[in-house]
Amino acid sequence: MRIEGLKIDREALLAQALRGAFPDARGRYGPFGGRYVPETLVPALDRLEAGMRAHLHEPGFRAEFESELRTWVGRPTPLTLARELSRRWGAEVWLKREDLAHTGAHKINNSIGQALLAKRLGAKRIVAETGAGQHGVATAAACARLGMPCVVYMGSVDMERQAPNVGRMKLLGAEVVPVTSGDQTLRAAIDEALRDWVSDPDGTYYLIGSAIGPHPYPYLVREFQSVIGLEARAQMLGQAGALPDVAVACVGGGSNAIGLFHPFVKDLGVKLLGLEAGGTGAGLGENAASIAYGTPGVLQGCYSLLLQDPHGQIQETHSVSAGLDYPGVGPEHALLASIGRVTYEGAGDDESLEALAECCQAEGILPAIESAHAFAGAKRFARANPGSRILIGLSGRGDKDMPTLQRTLLKGRL
Amino acid sequence: MATPRDTISHAIRQAAAQGRPAVVGFMTAGFPDKAGFRASLASIASAADVVEIGIPFTDPMADGMTIQRASRASLEGGFTLPWLLAELEAMQPRPQAPLLLMSYLNPLLAYGLDRLPAAVAKAGVAGFIIPDLPYEESAEVRTALDSHGLALVQMVTPVTPPERLKMLCEASQGFVYAVTMTGTTGRNVAVPEDVLAYMDRVRAVSPVPVCAGFGIRSAEQVGRMQGHVDGVVVGSALVEVLERREDPAAFIKSLR
Repeated sequence: MRIEGLKIDREALLAQALRGAFPDARGRYGPFGGRYVPETLVPALDRLEAGMRAHLHEPGFRAEFESELRTWVGRPTPLTLARELSRRWGAEVWLKREDLAHTGAHKINNSIGQALLAKRLGAKRIVAETGAGQHGVATAAACARLGMPCVVYMGSVDMERQAPNVGRMKLLGAEVVPVTSGDQTLRAAIDEALRDWVSDPDGTYYLIGSAIGPHPYPYLVREFQSVIGLEARAQMLGQAGALPDVAVACVGGGSNAIGLFHPFVKDLGVKLLGLEAGGTGAGLGENAASIAYGTPGVLQGCYSLLLQDPHGQIQETHSVSAGLDYPGVGPEHALLASIGRVTYEGAGDDESLEALAECCQAEGILPAIESAHAFAGAKRFARANPGSRILIGLSGRGDKDMPTLQRTLLKGRL
Repeated sequence: MATPRDTISHAIRQAAAQGRPAVVGFMTAGFPDKAGFRASLASIASAADVVEIGIPFTDPMADGMTIQRASRASLEGGFTLPWLLAELEAMQPRPQAPLLLMSYLNPLLAYGLDRLPAAVAKAGVAGFIIPDLPYEESAEVRTALDSHGLALVQMVTPVTPPERLKMLCEASQGFVYAVTMTGTTGRNVAVPEDVLAYMDRVRAVSPVPVCAGFGIRSAEQVGRMQGHVDGVVVGSALVEVLERREDPAAFIKSLR
């Protein structure tokens, strides 16, 4: 991990993180985060931050958000004891079932939260980016629910590998704009969404889907996604009678992982394990593991760890999972990695597909390929730590991955 | 002694003294190819009052299709910042017009803020425009550039609130870059009365010259701006001239 070269006071930052000091007033998580955007967006981000402070913890807004989570999203999502995986792995395995949330993944928690906020701030239209399509579907659904026009930017490569989600977005009333510039995946879609927002910073609300981007987005996304960890923590105490030894989540930009991890950060007895996309290998362009192989830099509004060449040009990435196929990571994850509170590892394409198949057979659950990376990491942890109590963030369901699964698992690739 | 950044405002004021808006000509370095770089730069520098050299970046979020395309082609052709600096140092004769570098922040961080100012000053560069570096995040860069008298040009936009507008103009060095519209570079922009009124507001509070940019493509637009700005930045239109392998100096002259 190259961040070991960073000149930071790890103990002081850890103490601050445990006190909940991040983000600070400048939108920083230690050295990471900040707000690196064109001047046109500065007033829009100032308004967003002020609006967020006014509404986010205001009782009327909380009540509306929580009511939508309960009656429309279907929260709380269950905590399931994975009996057969527990037996096979020699561990006690619990699954936090975000796959059972409306639209099939955790993304909806953030989409409905930000859409409610956008409405309060008087936005006329919503733009969003999507990689796997889950954030696009969730945002299209939230906009339909609240009666707001919605435009989703999606890389043309992703439109092909996540075709079922493109149709869902259209049915939900969103306009889906193919992005053929750049790498034609999530990162190019974010660039296009930012360009759209720069064109109409007053009327348009940019509803970002991961814990990335300029301040206050990483904080806003964490606040809406923390419901995952808050519920899971209470459910573990209620159903398992104890906190887990480890909580495991997949990390692309890192929204489901920060949502699961954040409520456990102060529980020092709970190890936290994030799984990045290890792709097909360790070389540049063979994976999307920004923490394992990245260096600090600025991309799409924030200072974090990036997959880049020595000249600061962003590298194309590879992962079998569209949702993890991103060359950066949220700034709070970069901090949690650099102070050692969370351990990040890679899970490769094949290992993750194998874990997906095992979960299907053992538990009768088809996880998203993204989430399958967490299962692969959890299995490794179980092997190294027999008898441990493991909480897996099952961030979404795998129905949308059928085109990829037809080409891989179902053709006997493994 | 005059610092490099003073040469920028001086060149713009000199044009204004001749009763015409200064032209800041933009080119993407290494586009359409590396071999033609010095000739293109010499041509632009012979006609423009200031030259803005764009450092390509993989994710140019403030730029429209033309500069995205040029950036990508340049990177595919093997562009690097050290190559650009070596080209500038080797250039004989040195360009008459002051040179600015336009770069997103990440390539500059990768080069290293500790060694960047000395290296670019040696190559004859007078300052920087960094479109994804708002004033609030700029302290470290500003300090580094100050050490060699290099300019950091601030941008303002039609949606910049009045107090912020004043603050940014006062902080800007060389000139203030007044973006004509909300949006990315390259779209054709009409110059309605409200844009002229906005330019007048910028000029009223700016201690440095004001140059309008984004979407400037025609002599008619430049004529409309006369008296409301000290100069114009011509970007995508000039990159398209380079793309068609036409004469950039002739195009710049046609704008006046």
